[in-house]
Amino acid sequence: MTNDAKTVFTCANVRVWVADKDVVKGVDLAVRAGEIHAIMGPNGSGKSSLANGLMGHPLYRLEGSLTLNGEDVTGLSPDEKARRGMFLAFQYPVAVPGVTVASFLRAAVSARRGAEVPVREFRKELLEKMAQLDMDPAFAGRYLNDGFSGGEKKRLEILQLLMLKPSFALLDETDSGLDIDALKIVAEGINAAAQQDVGMVMVTHYQRLLNYVKPHVVHVFMDGRIVRTGGPELALELEERGYDWLEPVAAAGGA
Amino acid sequence: MASTPHIADLGQDYAERYGFHDPEEYFHRAPKGLSHEVVEMISRLKKEPEWMRTYRHKALDTFLAKPMPTWGDTAMLEEIDFADITYYVRATEKQSTTWEEVPENVKRTFDRLGIPEAERKFLAGVTAQYESEVVYHSVKEELTKQGVIFLDMDSGLREHEEIVRKHFGTVIPAADNKFSALNAAVWSGGSFIYVPPRTEVAIPLQAYFRINAERMGQFERTLIIADEGAKVHYIEGCTAPVYSTNSLHSAVVELIAMKGARIRYTTIQNWSNNIYNLVTKRAVADEDAVVEWVDGNIGSKLTMKYPAVILKGERAHGEVLSIAFAGPGQHQDAGAKVTHLASHTTSKITSKSISKDSGRSTYRGLVKVRKGAVGCKTAVQCDALLIGSQARTDTYPTMEIAENDVRVEHEARVSKLGDEQLFYLRSRGLSEDQARLMIVNGFIEPFVKELPMEYAVELNRLIELEMEGSVG
Repeated sequence: MTNDAKTVFTCANVRVWVADKDVVKGVDLAVRAGEIHAIMGPNGSGKSSLANGLMGHPLYRLEGSLTLNGEDVTGLSPDEKARRGMFLAFQYPVAVPGVTVASFLRAAVSARRGAEVPVREFRKELLEKMAQLDMDPAFAGRYLNDGFSGGEKKRLEILQLLMLKPSFALLDETDSGLDIDALKIVAEGINAAAQQDVGMVMVTHYQRLLNYVKPHVVHVFMDGRIVRTGGPELALELEERGYDWLEPVAAAGGA
Repeated sequence: MASTPHIADLGQDYAERYGFHDPEEYFHRAPKGLSHEVVEMISRLKKEPEWMRTYRHKALDTFLAKPMPTWGDTAMLEEIDFADITYYVRATEKQSTTWEEVPENVKRTFDRLGIPEAERKFLAGVTAQYESEVVYHSVKEELTKQGVIFLDMDSGLREHEEIVRKHFGTVIPAADNKFSALNAAVWSGGSFIYVPPRTEVAIPLQAYFRINAERMGQFERTLIIADEGAKVHYIEGCTAPVYSTNSLHSAVVELIAMKGARIRYTTIQNWSNNIYNLVTKRAVADEDAVVEWVDGNIGSKLTMKYPAVILKGERAHGEVLSIAFAGPGQHQDAGAKVTHLASHTTSKITSKSISKDSGRSTYRGLVKVRKGAVGCKTAVQCDALLIGSQARTDTYPTMEIAENDVRVEHEARVSKLGDEQLFYLRSRGLSEDQARLMIVNGFIEPFVKELPMEYAVELNRLIELEMEGSVG
């Protein structure tokens, strides 16, 4: 990422409601191409709700405004956002039995590019990206997330990230449920995406992914708000001190 | 690699593709209603042997004596007005063996339905039934040379009376149920197939059934006999015009798989939503024989159909793989029955149903293992998918196991086409309609992959039509 990289995503005054409860209480972000943000916070602080709300999950009501590549995308449906280059790597990817990884991905890539991708070209690219993530080619013929291990699911999310080439991606707890080898592979995938100028927000409550993916910006998220923003050193501080020391800040209504 | 065929033709509907009808100008048409006179007329017109004439009359008495079923969708069943149905309609004077000879209006109908084209492309033999009679029949010469008999049932009776008399009604007696009695009384058309010992019919035989007239009853009768070690695959498809009044389709299908034989019977039922589809299908499998019912129900108002296999010989195997799609106003009451009479017999039932909006699907299954039939295995799996908050599904799996040395697996699952699956696919750029269709196509994939390619594409297309305009 260079300093003059363009801004790919912004959100302002974002609030998210689940049923009648406000779980995100005013968040502002600006992410540039190739820039990696980490949002860290304790369990139940509303991090995943932020990710789901931003993408447009129907059970999460969103307030505030979003832009993607300079365009207002606030009121758009999840599929319109996706076609314009927004992506969410799920914490719990959903199984769709009977639909192969390959046919799903081809439909998704075609939707993203706005044109049917020729089979041969698609296949070549898919096999390349799968090799990059150390995935068996037979994986392409399996049914989407059906009976996948936690690690396989997360790897598939990163494969989608690389295939769909969004301009902005939210990664929701992509590091959870991974052993160390899988974690390294997933981290390489995230770094490769950053190299391709994808701006990213990683939501996590562990430091361990940050050993392999170096964030440019770290936000601490507590009780529905960003309570502190800093550089990579902030993640290390959290690792040492936990979140308790920031509680007074959270109680005071954020940074 | 891709499992979902890409389908064009969006935006067309049943009414346009199948729902049209021809003027009702018929060669012969029985008066409305059911009576011994009508039965007599049918038998005389067909110049049947005395035993068949008597059989029909006796069956009519059975039909009249038997009460309507007291289970299933009794409310819908009660709407059937047996007096307001025409039981026999013959559109043409004779059966043709070339498309050129088929009367113009009937030919146009089958042309529109793509039947001659399918025959040229991938079938070994075709029979096309229009109303009560088979109007076109053709079979590849190689099959005839191999000694395979593929005829409409009426010709079967005329030309092979001994075989027919020996087997007709042995798997499904007239008195089996009210609708098998009705069929036995007024049956007309259907297929008669005999495959000699150790003969393999490598490509499928097909029958296509079309009801054209309003308030019509179609009662085809099919008997398939695969002699020792023989192998055959039979496919049937059906459509009808869209009328506001109801018609009745009540078929009886008997399969006999002798020692080591193999029969696969595939149905793609796409009747219009004004047809009552009340069908009895049963097979008997001898030693080492295999019978497979592959049964797809997309159309009709009410379907009640439970393909059955009686595993009579040791090591016989029976399989029923079915899907049902119940859209608004439809009730698909389908399932399977397997009876293990002999030891080491195995069976597998896989039932998948989709209920959409006010559609209703029911799985009704019965697996029996007779005392003394040891080492049997059976596996039953029912999956139901609900789309929309009104959709309904019911499962009635019955097991009557009289033997201890048996392995039984049963699994039933109901899932809702849910927000999470939709959101996941939509977050990848698929529109809501695309996402729904992908989920449904995935759900029926285990069924679709058992169909010949042409049928798989057609079925996916039908599902796509049914899925259009789903409530969000």
